Amino acid sequence: MDVLGILIPVSLFLGLIGLGIFFWMVKRGQFDDPEGDAHRILREDYDDKPKE
Amino acid sequence: MLSLPGIHCAGCISGVEKALMATPGVKDARVNLTLRRAAVEADAGVTAEDLTQVLEAAGYEAHELDPGVLATTDADRQGKDLMMRLAVSFFAMMNVMLLSVAVWSGAEGFTRDMMHWISAAIAIPAVIFCGRPFYVSAWSALKGGRLNMDVPITLAILLAVGTSLYETMHSGEHAYFDAAIALCCFLLAGRYLDHRTRASARSAAQELAALEVPRALRLAADGTEETVSVADLAPGDIVRVKPGGRIPVDGIVTDGQSELDRGLMTGESLPVYAGPGQAVAAGEVNLTGPLTVEVTAAGRDTALHRIADLVAVAEAGRNNYTSLADQAAKLYAPGVHILSVAAAVGWYLYTQDLRIALNIAAAVLIITCPCALGLAVPAVTTAASGKLFRKGLLIKDGTALERLAEADTVVFDKTGTLTTGAAEPVALDALPDDAARVALALAQGSAHPLAEALAKGLSGAGYRPANVTDLTEVPGYGVEGAWKGRTVRLGRAAWIGADAPATTATFLKLGEDAPITIPFTDTLREGAADVVNALKAQGKRVLLISGDTAPAVNRFAARIGIEEVFAEALPAEKAQTVAALSEAGGKVLMVGDGLNDTAALAAAHVSISPASALDAARSASDMVLMGRSLAPIADAVTTAKSSSRRIRENFTIATVYNILAVPLAVAGLCSPLIAALAMSSSSLTVSLNALRVK
Repeated sequence: MDVLGILIPVSLFLGLIGLGIFFWMVKRGQFDDPEGDAHRILREDYDDKPKE
Repeated sequence: MLSLPGIHCAGCISGVEKALMATPGVKDARVNLTLRRAAVEADAGVTAEDLTQVLEAAGYEAHELDPGVLATTDADRQGKDLMMRLAVSFFAMMNVMLLSVAVWSGAEGFTRDMMHWISAAIAIPAVIFCGRPFYVSAWSALKGGRLNMDVPITLAILLAVGTSLYETMHSGEHAYFDAAIALCCFLLAGRYLDHRTRASARSAAQELAALEVPRALRLAADGTEETVSVADLAPGDIVRVKPGGRIPVDGIVTDGQSELDRGLMTGESLPVYAGPGQAVAAGEVNLTGPLTVEVTAAGRDTALHRIADLVAVAEAGRNNYTSLADQAAKLYAPGVHILSVAAAVGWYLYTQDLRIALNIAAAVLIITCPCALGLAVPAVTTAASGKLFRKGLLIKDGTALERLAEADTVVFDKTGTLTTGAAEPVALDALPDDAARVALALAQGSAHPLAEALAKGLSGAGYRPANVTDLTEVPGYGVEGAWKGRTVRLGRAAWIGADAPATTATFLKLGEDAPITIPFTDTLREGAADVVNALKAQGKRVLLISGDTAPAVNRFAARIGIEEVFAEALPAEKAQTVAALSEAGGKVLMVGDGLNDTAALAAAHVSISPASALDAARSASDMVLMGRSLAPIADAVTTAKSSSRRIRENFTIATVYNILAVPLAVAGLCSPLIAALAMSSSSLTVSLNALRVK
């Protein structure tokens, strides 16, 4: 049962990282245009090099 | 900021962005497909008009949006705030649930206490942070001496956390941390859905408002023109109104002759003559010649804005509508409190143990907490309004669907609602061949809507224009030309020398021959006849109220199949008719677009207006048709009925869960496991049921 003492903090820590990433994504506006992003990935404009 | 209503695919995104980036002066352009908008960053010299022209040339419909009207920061921030709280509560719920599994599966002694303590460490801060919207709302309700849904919610959360903490300190068996945080999470999900529906409707409504960038051409004393915002105009200024433009202010014509389309203001379908000395009102459309207008009232003082008073009076009558959710809350909140207090008092008297009594009270509050109730309405409205949005109907008000489902009487406006406001010529076959060809030639020389409709009708019928020379347009009167040495005229009755009939018509005169009348009829809006038939088939009473002349309205009503007709109605009379119908026990659905309909739209039980309507009419109505067709109205009634049924079903489901679980809780048999199961499964059933909305 001692292992719980390590595993629970570890799982909480990983969960918090996920939560932090989610906040970061919302702040960056990655959910502002879900429909557009779904289509953008299909176009060929920046296949060869990224947009400057 | 540009609005791009036509874009729908990856190709459109590339096309629009490339076209914009290729325009000199544009620094950055990004399309948002979800909102159908493009944000452009450009040098100061680039105007929105240049960009819309670039896009039109590339084959995309584009309109300028006024970014000032679109400032949605407040609603946006609220939405993000709710989302953050939802994310935190979801994270906390999952972790606490995981720890609870260990307890449910039989952890004992030290392990159980440790699990409880860790749960408490996660749940308490999470509950404090996530539940804030509920605490604030409950507190303001209590301060006002009322009970709302948030009062039992807050009480349940606080009591559950409090007793659980106490139990944990004394190594008790039952802790409800998982239930408290799950409650928060489900309720926040309901709140968030609710907020999103309203925010998306609001932003689309704002977009419609932002489409009309109010500008006017002001004439300076030295005769130069400058484009100014309508807000900057003051009485005494002189403005120029180009043909085809909307008059921005109330005023008096000082120079120029033209015809005015007052359809949006009064419902008249026949254009009226305007010359020097004539008073004009904001919202009228100038048709043929340029007009110079001296401003008598601008901005908030115009007739357009005075209608707002009428609207405010009419709206007061509607505010006492109680939504299904409110009705449920009114029964629910006191019932829950009485039940849990009764359970606590009963157990205290029975066992003389305060700890058990409080535990029971917390269990009752958690079980009865309106988790499913909180989701019941928003889940359905979100599903239904998403469905209707795809069909081109925008719902501006949360309770509009419920009210629409109750409607049994439908009142239509004529001009601009059932008709497109444009006319089409009739009985063209009766015209002599020569006359038709001359009329076509003359009609092509004018931008007047009647002339354009006539030209379209005649060329559609296969006529070729006659060789008419010396075409001149006489603003306010008509078109004149020479054909085979004779003077030919097409225009108003008075100018031609004919008797004006009661219907919309234009007149043709060949030399000295007797004038020929070319009658017009209103063009039906797409889907209008189908909607009227569908509504009648659903057993609704359909009425037509119009400000237009009686013969025109009667003829139109006969054509579309409406029996009850009120013609020549003033704006106040329209509102009175609607109010009288409501007093007689009818639930009125009003469909209208004009300024003269605004008061009636606000007075009706529920109202719809087309996107082409004036801003004032759109803001007075509960739903806005985004497209050209009226067809979504019939769909909307069906969807509203089905969603109203789902809401009731959801309430029933939630109540059944409560009835099953409450005896357990009161009897003290409700373990945290049962509470978690009942709560999750009822919320899930309710959400799934909401998706069945047709």
